[in-house]
Order: sequence, then C-alpha cells, then structure tokens
Amino acid sequence: MDGSKLINFKGGRVRARSVPFSIFLLLVVAFVDCRPANAIPAFARKYGMPCSSCHEAWPKLSPFGQQFKDNGYQMGNDRDAPIFQSPAYWPITMRITPNWHLEHQDNAIVDGPGGPNSALANITTHGFDFGGLDILTEGTLAHNISFQLVPSSDETATFHFESVNVRFDNILNSSWLNVKMGKFELDNLQSEKRIMTLSNNGGFYQNYHFQPWVAPGVPESSYVFGLGDNQIGIEWLGHSKDDRTRVSASLLSATDGNPAFQSGVGGAASSAYEGFIAGSRAFQVDNLGLQRVGGFAYFGRASTFPQYTTGGAPINGTGSGNEPYYRAGFIGMWYFKKLDVTTMYFYGHDNIYLGTNTPSNAGSAGLPSGAHAPTWNGALFETHYTFNPQMIFINRYELIRMSQQALDSNPGDLGNIDALTFGFRYYPFVSSRTGLAFHNEYSIVWQRKIQVSPTTGLPIDLTSSSLMFGLDFAF
Amino acid sequence: MLNIKVAKICLNVAALILPLAISAQQADQPPAKPSPDIASHVDGLTGHSAAGADLYYRYCWGCHGARGNGDGENAPWVTPQPRNFVSATFKCRSTPTGTLPLDSDLYDSITRGFITTNMPGWGTLTTQNRADLVAFIKTFSARWITDKPGEPIPVPAEPALTLDSLKHGQALYQKLECWKCHGQEGRGDGPSASTLTDSNDQPIRPYNFYTGYRFKCGTTNSDLYKIFMTGVDGTPMPSFADVVKPEEAWDLVHYLRTLQIWHKSPELALWESTPEGAAIVKAERVRNTYTGNPIHP
Repeated sequence: MDGSKLINFKGGRVRARSVPFSIFLLLVVAFVDCRPANAIPAFARKYGMPCSSCHEAWPKLSPFGQQFKDNGYQMGNDRDAPIFQSPAYWPITMRITPNWHLEHQDNAIVDGPGGPNSALANITTHGFDFGGLDILTEGTLAHNISFQLVPSSDETATFHFESVNVRFDNILNSSWLNVKMGKFELDNLQSEKRIMTLSNNGGFYQNYHFQPWVAPGVPESSYVFGLGDNQIGIEWLGHSKDDRTRVSASLLSATDGNPAFQSGVGGAASSAYEGFIAGSRAFQVDNLGLQRVGGFAYFGRASTFPQYTTGGAPINGTGSGNEPYYRAGFIGMWYFKKLDVTTMYFYGHDNIYLGTNTPSNAGSAGLPSGAHAPTWNGALFETHYTFNPQMIFINRYELIRMSQQALDSNPGDLGNIDALTFGFRYYPFVSSRTGLAFHNEYSIVWQRKIQVSPTTGLPIDLTSSSLMFGLDFAF
Repeated sequence: MLNIKVAKICLNVAALILPLAISAQQADQPPAKPSPDIASHVDGLTGHSAAGADLYYRYCWGCHGARGNGDGENAPWVTPQPRNFVSATFKCRSTPTGTLPLDSDLYDSITRGFITTNMPGWGTLTTQNRADLVAFIKTFSARWITDKPGEPIPVPAEPALTLDSLKHGQALYQKLECWKCHGQEGRGDGPSASTLTDSNDQPIRPYNFYTGYRFKCGTTNSDLYKIFMTGVDGTPMPSFADVVKPEEAWDLVHYLRTLQIWHKSPELALWESTPEGAAIVKAERVRNTYTGNPIHP
C-alpha cells in the first residue's frame, strides 16, 4: 500500500464525515476508567515516587518537578547522592513514539507540465512511522553535582547530543547559586523539550523558531537560531527554596547549539557570544493553584560573511561582520484548578543585514533599496485540562504578525503565521518503572505569502496540517 | 479515499485497544472519595478531604498505598517503610506520645519531608493543597473520629547557652542512656543500635548526629526539644517528658548540637572553646574524615 498520494483536499473532507464518530468513540472508551498515574522511569526508580509527582502529565513538569530539577535532580533527602543508591541503579530512560500520521500540504510547488516547479498541488501523505529516540541520562555525580547527557537520534538512528552538561548545585549552600556548563535547554518557562504535542506541525513552538522572510520565496539565511534549541554555554540559575522565584542568565556561543563552532554563514559561525536572561515569580491565588508570571530576553549576534576560507570553504568560528538580533517576551501560567492557560507575548528583531541576507562588510551601500530591520510580534495561548494524572487535553494557538518587513516591496503580511494544535494524551497505565501515553493530535499551520505561485507569479499562502496517533512510551 | 479509510481503521483499532489496557489495571482501583468531607484547620486555612483525595492520588499513593496503609507499589523498595495512615501513629507531633497529632503537625511534616527517608518536602505545593492533604490523610483511620489530638506539649523559651548547660547535657546523655542507641559520639552506632525495630518490626537506625544537622522532625533547637519530649511514636525513641525537666531538656539540646561536628552552631563553637571539647571534636574529625554528606541541603 502506497501511503503517499495526491488527492483533492476538498474531496478528502467530504469522505472524512465518519472520522469524528471514530474520535468520539475513542474519547468514550478513554473515559471508561481513569486511574491515578504514577512514575517516570529513571527518577521514579531512584526515588520510588509516582511520575505524577513531578509531571502534571508527562513530560510537562509540575511545580514539584520543577523544583526537583532546579535543585539539581535532588529531593533533599538521603536518596540523592549516587553512593546511597543500589549499585545496580543506572540513571537512564529511553523514549520513542511509534505512530501513524497523516501530513497534508496545500499549495505545494511541484513539477508540472511546464517543467520543474511549475505547478501547485495539494499533497497528502500518510502511513505508520516512528519518531526519534531520546536516551535520557540524568542524575547526580555526587551531592550537589548533577549531570545531564542526552544522546538523541532521528528515526534513522543518526545520533547527536541533545544535552551534555554538568551542574554545580547549591554552591555555598545557597539555592541562588547554581552553575552549569555544556549544552542545555535555555531556562524557558514554556519548555519546548517538554512540549505536549509531537506532530510534524505541532511538535515545536512557532514563536521559538520564527525567522522573517526576506521576500516571498526567499527565507532569511544569514543565521539559524531557535529559542527552543539547546544551546552551548554556561548558565547561572538561582531560585528561592520553595522555587516560587526563579532567575537565570546564560552566556552562550553563537552556534545555535552546534558543536565545533558550526553554524552561521556557510557553516562559519563567529566566535561571538550571546546572552539569555529569564526570571519568573509564582504566587498562590486562593485555592485556584499556583500562578506564575515571568519574562525572558535573548540577545544574539550572527556573522554575515566568513572572514577566512580554505579551498573556498569557510573556516569554522571565523565568521565576521557580526550583527545583532534579539527576542524577548513575557509569559504567564494561569491555573484554575484542573484548567491551566499559558499566555506568552513575544517580540523579535533582526538587524537589517541579517534581515536581508546582506554581508555587512559593504556597509549600507550593499543593502537593497527599501531595506529595513525586520520586527515582529507573536503570541501563544496554550490550555491544558488535566482531568486527572492519566488524561490531559491540550489546545494551543500561536500567531505571529510582522510589524516591519525587511523590504518595502514585501506584502505587509509576508511570513505571518497562525498555528492551531489540539489533542489529548491518555496514560492507560503508568508504573514506577515505565510510562505509556496514547497520543492523539491534530495540528494546522497557515503561513502567509511565503512562496511565489509558479502559475500567477504572485505570493501565495502555504498551509500544512498533521494528524497523528501515537504510542509515546518511556522506560 | 484510501487515506481516510486508514484513519478510520486506526481510530477504531485504538478504541479497541484502550479497554484491554485499562482492564489490566482494574484490580488496583483506588477507593472513592471520602464521604462525608473531613476538614483540617491550619493557620486560618480549612482543608477538605475531597480536594485532598485528588492530590493524594497524584502525589502519595505510590508509597502510602491507595488505602493509606503504607503498601504502595514502591513500598517494598522503601526503607523505612512508608507511613501507615490507617494505624494513625505519627512520628512528628507536638502532642504527647500515643496521642493524635495536631493538623499543623501533619501539615509541617508534609511541608518539611523526612530526612533519611524517601519522603521529600512538599513546600512547592500550595498551602491549600497541603491543608487538603492533611484532611484526606485523616480519612484513613477512625481514630480521627473517636479521638481528639493531644494537648500540645509546651516548649518554654530556650535558656541562655552556657558551658554549664553543655556539661549538664553531656551528663544527661549518659544518665538517660542515649548513647546505648545513638552511640557515645552520636553516630547512631550504640550497642543497641543493631537490634532496634520499628512498630512494623522492620530494622530501624538511630539518628546519626555526626552526619547531619536536620532531624526527622525539624531543624531548630525547638524541634529537637519536642522530639525527645514527645517521643517518636512507632520507633524505639521514647518520650522523656516524664523523666526530665524542661530546663534539663534544653541542656540536652545544647549538648546534642555539639555532636554535629560538621555543622557550625553556637553550641559547637562554645564546646570547642574548651580544651575538653576541642580535643573531642578534633579527635572525631580525624577519626573519620568527612567526605560529603548527602543529607545536607
């Protein structure tokens, strides 16, 4: 059976009339029994605690889990240091997600009778599949010295290191002094590594990875950066004992987390450094729960041309003509008992040279006419209804609106994004040794005028969607 | 059309698989929410057992069990064993031995956790959450209906620290035979230590003053005072309320602090200022060099 074929999208909708009934049936069955959950593998094995202690629904952390993480994977009892563990204990967890998914794309540019890339089509592909593997090894090397090592592969078992760091916790017996070095996730309150949606379109935050378009069909390629990407550097994090107040600052290499200074123009990152700061404060509102508000800012610098080349290839780390960019935002996490809503405002700015893919060594004379430093605003609204530790409903809407295009000639809405994702995760059982979730998700993303129609020559939208049913398991 | 058919098939197969997975779990169903609602009262907060039930089944039942009798699925690997709420015997109280604790005692225990056990502190939970959990814990035993909590043992103001107080405390440590369990140097290695068992007939270790400064029931001098005036129910540690006078108890508190030789305290500083104390502390430090204590915060 060929899982990839071209269909007419309109026709597909007509034929999908009975799909809602199937979804309804799935929901009904899911509600037959909702037992409490317990356990996430590696730490649950170590501490003998339910996974629902640290996760509202894994992988989303609860305040208790966040404190455990902030405290260097330590509970503060005598089960923390490895010398007090069974010698057979090994702090390792594996997670992977076999699934069936359907991907649809409207207005895909394809080869046609007129030659290569001369036609538009609606493309639907589907089939059984599986995601990449995460090998999560985290724990303590000694009292107040913790580590994280996460080899991660794509679905073809090509590995990279997602996280590699050592952290010195509670320096001078102060929870305000914690320092780690290596590759790690930025201190994002809305963690992309703990995202509750997994599909091709919904498995990341649009706001964390957005870079503006130079023109329709021309993406910004001066640099690569994602706030959700793990970065390489050093981080200081401080928090109050009860974790209500958290602040952090990071100094990072300008490589978007790539080793050996590889990232930037032609692979030549500069030796520049970047910074990230974040802070938040939680407060209790009667019996509604713990609310948290915070802010963050990332200050980056990216090279616009390689200073040296050898054999025509840029030398890593010698990128030059560094130009600034930054991202900043505010976030609120609001709890109304079982319902929680995360709201985030996001602002982005790229330097004019970065925004127009122009080497800065030529100065302003090298800029195209009508060039500007692109800026944009974004927002995220994510809701969770945690029926119980075994069942969570998820909904997210993101939007991005350009406030200043890179070129005057661009359509005003070039690059604007709307993204909607919803689904639910059901944990039929969770023991203190393993975890399994029935993952069900639909996601659709609209990107405005980012490509040029081969038939009319006009900018057109690109719409893509994902439908996914998966078995997300960890052990 | 094919892709939609596949989607339908997958949805229906998933719907069929779910009950199979669920049915395997039916045997360990937690009990229904308590009725009627039982309340707790802590510092102006009123906790409700109905709300606490949800929290209990999120955070606690893996160790304490669905029915509160300490037989959660992790209990076989937890030492000491998780508290059995059905027996309503609690270690950390401000009330006399054998009596029920105050709601605030349970609340403090949840907040603080228990050093040298698997029970962490739950200070990240909201105050309301903790009060609700206290209310729910009280639903496991009928004692909470038939009995009332004991009258709190008064804790008089701590007298001034003096050398006489330390020396008197040192003498009391011998007279009361604390050393039989806790050892002459407070390392929890007295001659009786290896024979001790708790109320579940499980081996239990006496507190080791040498390696820590946090106690099972608190960190302050007042907490230490309460520990041996109320006793630690369910363990061999008795109440000394009928044996020592309050001022003597404070003397003992002061002396016990000097056994915590890796933790700076006014008591230790005063003790080290004397030739006798300095010699003892130095010898202890040399005898077993401290290599890192996991129970320090």
